[in-house]
Amino acid sequence: MYKTAIIGAGVIGAMTARRLAAYDAELIVLEKEADVAMGQSKANSGIVHAGFDPEPGSLKAKLNLKGNRMMEETCHQLGVNFRRNGSLVVAFSEEDKKTLKKLYDRGNINGVDGLRLISGEEAREIEKNLSESVKGALYAPSAGVVCPYDLTIEAMGNAMDNGAQLMTNFEVSSIKKKEGYYIIKATDGREIEAEYVVNCAGLYSDKIAAMAGDTSFHITPRAGEYMLLDKEAGYLTDATIFKVPDAMGKGVLATKTVDGNILLGPTSADRENREDDRVTHCGLDIVREKEKMFFDNVPFDKVITQFAGLRAHGDKGDFIINSPVPGFVNAAGIESPGLTSAPAAAIKIEEILIGTGFRAPMKKNYNPCREKVVRFRELSIHEKNALIRKNKDYGQMVCRCEEITKAEILQALRRNPKATDIDGVKRRTRSGMGRCQGGFCMPHVLEIIAEEQNKKPEEVTKKGGGSKILYGRVKGGAR
Amino acid sequence: MRYSDVVIIGGGPAGMSAALSAREAGADKVTLIERDDSLGGILQQCIHNGFGLHRFGEELTGPEYAERYEKMVREADIEVMTGTIVTDLDSRRIVTCVSEDRGCIQIKAGAVVLAMGCRERPRGALNIPGTRPAGVITAGTAQKFVNVEGYMPGREVVILGSGDIGLIMARRMTLEGAHVKAVCEIMEDSGGLTRNIVQCLKDFGIPLKLRHTVTEIHGRDRVEGVTVAQVDENLKPVKGTEEFIPCDTLMLSVGLIPENELSKKAGVEISPTTKGPVIDANRQTKIPGIFACGNVVKVHELVDFVSEEGHTAGRSAACFAMGMNLAVQEKQAKKHVKEKKGVQNLPAETGATICTICPVGCTLKVTGEADGQLKVEGNSCRRGRAYAIKEFTSPERTLTSIMAAGDGTMVPVKTDKPIPKEKISECMKIINEKTLMLPISLGNIIIEKIGGTEANLICTRSFINK
Ligand SMILES: Cc1cc2nc3c(=O)[nH]c(=O)nc-3n(C[C@H](O)[C@H](O)[C@H](O)COP(=O)(O)OP(=O)(O)OC[C@H]3O[C@@H](n4cnc5c(N)ncnc54)[C@H](O)[C@@H]3O)c2cc1C
Ligand SMILES: Cc1cc2nc3c(=O)[nH]c(=O)nc-3n(C[C@H](O)[C@H](O)[C@H](O)COP(=O)(O)OP(=O)(O)OC[C@H]3O[C@@H](n4cnc5c(N)ncnc54)[C@H](O)[C@@H]3O)c2cc1C
Ligand code: SF4
Repeated sequence: MYKTAIIGAGVIGAMTARRLAAYDAELIVLEKEADVAMGQSKANSGIVHAGFDPEPGSLKAKLNLKGNRMMEETCHQLGVNFRRNGSLVVAFSEEDKKTLKKLYDRGNINGVDGLRLISGEEAREIEKNLSESVKGALYAPSAGVVCPYDLTIEAMGNAMDNGAQLMTNFEVSSIKKKEGYYIIKATDGREIEAEYVVNCAGLYSDKIAAMAGDTSFHITPRAGEYMLLDKEAGYLTDATIFKVPDAMGKGVLATKTVDGNILLGPTSADRENREDDRVTHCGLDIVREKEKMFFDNVPFDKVITQFAGLRAHGDKGDFIINSPVPGFVNAAGIESPGLTSAPAAAIKIEEILIGTGFRAPMKKNYNPCREKVVRFRELSIHEKNALIRKNKDYGQMVCRCEEITKAEILQALRRNPKATDIDGVKRRTRSGMGRCQGGFCMPHVLEIIAEEQNKKPEEVTKKGGGSKILYGRVKGGAR
Repeated sequence: MRYSDVVIIGGGPAGMSAALSAREAGADKVTLIERDDSLGGILQQCIHNGFGLHRFGEELTGPEYAERYEKMVREADIEVMTGTIVTDLDSRRIVTCVSEDRGCIQIKAGAVVLAMGCRERPRGALNIPGTRPAGVITAGTAQKFVNVEGYMPGREVVILGSGDIGLIMARRMTLEGAHVKAVCEIMEDSGGLTRNIVQCLKDFGIPLKLRHTVTEIHGRDRVEGVTVAQVDENLKPVKGTEEFIPCDTLMLSVGLIPENELSKKAGVEISPTTKGPVIDANRQTKIPGIFACGNVVKVHELVDFVSEEGHTAGRSAACFAMGMNLAVQEKQAKKHVKEKKGVQNLPAETGATICTICPVGCTLKVTGEADGQLKVEGNSCRRGRAYAIKEFTSPERTLTSIMAAGDGTMVPVKTDKPIPKEKISECMKIINEKTLMLPISLGNIIIEKIGGTEANLICTRSFINK
């Protein structure tokens, strides 16, 4: 019997696990995919919003502000890269400027620090590639960028270091209420019992809530499509550039990710299917068209990949963090600014949990910090040599574009939460994320995974399930 | 910091040739740095033949060509660092590299030769809509899996792009038992050599869909199929022409890009058209003392010219390092005849073929006359007639493949002379059933008179230290 079961290992589930791991009580996280951060927390803009968007007084507004202020410290503790690059909402007309003023006022009510309304010229002083047609901007110096899956992985790892368990490939299919506890069943028949259940299931949070008897809300999948440009295009902008929101919503943005790539997008269109994260012709055309408004020359020839993320759009207009039935807590409909809010949302969820009866002593040896993963390419020659002397695997370069060594691949396979497939290694190390997109390093990574996990190469997958890469030997016996 | 007169980055044919000529020209200390564990570059996975006709006057496979150069390099007094990757280069010619045994070291070079080759364009660069399943792979990566590692990356394959690597891989996959369903090419003619279109596609009845592209990738975990469609003059898909082809693999052969990360770090000027360094006749880049040759400059079709370019670059680099005047070396590069590329389509009629003897590439038609004589039409010379009759009566091909060794190593092999075309599948069967013992040397006969033909099956790469 577990004290608490968290359903869903996105950034909200992971951050919540990290907080609950401070209690001396058995904790488990259940995730349907083969790895953590496979839902919304994998494919999003990675913006740590300043907080002028949400309605004053809403949960979104409160958690956004608090989350933004906590982010630096949280990332520092977890060894995750974070950069306050600032954001600019740009206006192209007088009408737009009026909206800027509204955002400015709303931001001040929400308590956003340092907001400034500036002219087009001033905006171009901050970002010199902004188009001449930019007539004014709202500058928010407190906005930042973080890598969303990095944050999720490290938060979950930290929870696991402190004793939390993670069960992957566990797709919750039913929740049964018993006297003082719940039985949670997976599609493959596995079962666990827990006194408290926290629903952090993102796109499926309405389904999970319904399993516990709460049918008060509905989630719609809303796709956002992106293009990612090579680091060579990094000159384009440093700050995040937004368009003034209009009837069509927030529109696309342009930003430099914490790793230095340029990210363009997202679009916004509802999808029928919650698994439909296809990239479409039409979506990419929209991205291309709209980005041209910001800059005169967008180097689209530097695109290295494109992807889509699905937003868990709830019909309540705000985050749903409540306890509809005793012992069961919802953290549902957490769409943007959910990533920003995550550290603060975890505290809110903890409060609600305590409100529904959760009690446990604190652990004495809880550690909220993690040792930062070694990133070889960020070190000095001296440090590199010291590492290679200690461990030869640092002398073996596996991914040439991102300069990732064999030791770092092994670290990803050995450190919590352990990577089990090619994409898992990629998210943890960036091997295969560079301009060749794994053409060179994928066979090497595959070999290392097989060796480390004692598997045949043909058993290694791209992302769990049936996503195998190879169909066995061409001829002859095993190697 | 260490010092070397000439440091060559990349141990492919360009780099090996540059190292040799730098030594020849009198450079004292020449260092050749290669990130792979063996020299040879891309040639090690190109087990097909068609290399070295100009340089050695015979048709070699990639590994054979590489081994000849490697032997010369090992015999010359050249410092070879394999398993070593260059991670930084600056305009003062300080080379930073990393390896297991030496750690992270810096070498000050009298002159540097860039010979890093090129890499393949990935899916991302193409903006193909759809899902992101396993089973989308570039042809070069697939080639490495099959020919070097010995693993099949797919069973039912659609190939996008008709560049040479794609064509070569269509044949390789077919010979190893996969079903290649189509090769789609967005342009109105293929970018591959005529020879490859005839011998890699036509021989195996693989359809070449010109003016077609892949418009969507399907499948959640593994590729389940692709939608292909015809394109218009603006290369946009034409509505109503979409066709779903079930497959488990989409192989991309959509171009190579010179690998110039290091060149850019050093501040070398890059040409927007070739995507390689701007160089002069001495193969010197815009930064004095930094030279470039081979695929890092522009994508070459023939390795022979790569070696030649490497030779010039190595010699110029040595002169620079020794403080000699470069202008003396100024020499007009030889003009090379280009091999025929870009067939508009495969002749559909039986009895029709494309002449692969010379660059003209005439479409030939053979008909039987009443008197038993064969009539050839479409040829522009007599060699074409002889070729057509041979192709019509008893076509022959050199078979190249791999054979498994007891320890799982894949050993590249070939028939030492062409065999009748219809004997190919029988010979493949024999190759697949046999397992080799190592060590083995280049040229060793593995099977005499394979399948009752006149040809011996021989080894094309030495595995001595195994
Ligand atoms: C396109 C896009 C752009 C965004 N941009 C930003 C931004 O710039 N800034 C920002 O702050 N926020 C942004 N967001 C919002 C942010 O990504 C989300 O709020 C945040 O990731 C939510 O995390 P989560 O843990 O609630 O959900 P998820 O990450 O979706 O996690 C839910 C997890 O539950 C699992 N699960 C579902 N069903 C089951 C089941 N039955 N059994 C077991 N496990 C299950 C899923 O597999 C998944 O791993 C964006 C979102 C999208 C989609
Ligand atoms: C599939 C295919 C089929 C071909 N078929 C034919 C044919 O039939 N006939 C023919 O004549 N030609 C053919 N070619 C062309 C010919 O093989 C190439 O043009 C030639 O190999 C290019 O030589 P290179 O030395 O410039 O590059 P490569 O062979 O690519 O060598 C570059 C080397 O540099 C190394 N390197 C790169 N970066 C670094 C670094 N930072 N540090 C250390 N080392 C580094 C790489 O590991 C590699 O070994 C073919 C090419 C391909 C890809
Ligand atoms: S027929 Fe003669 S001219 Fe025409 S391609 Fe053949 S060899 Fe060349």
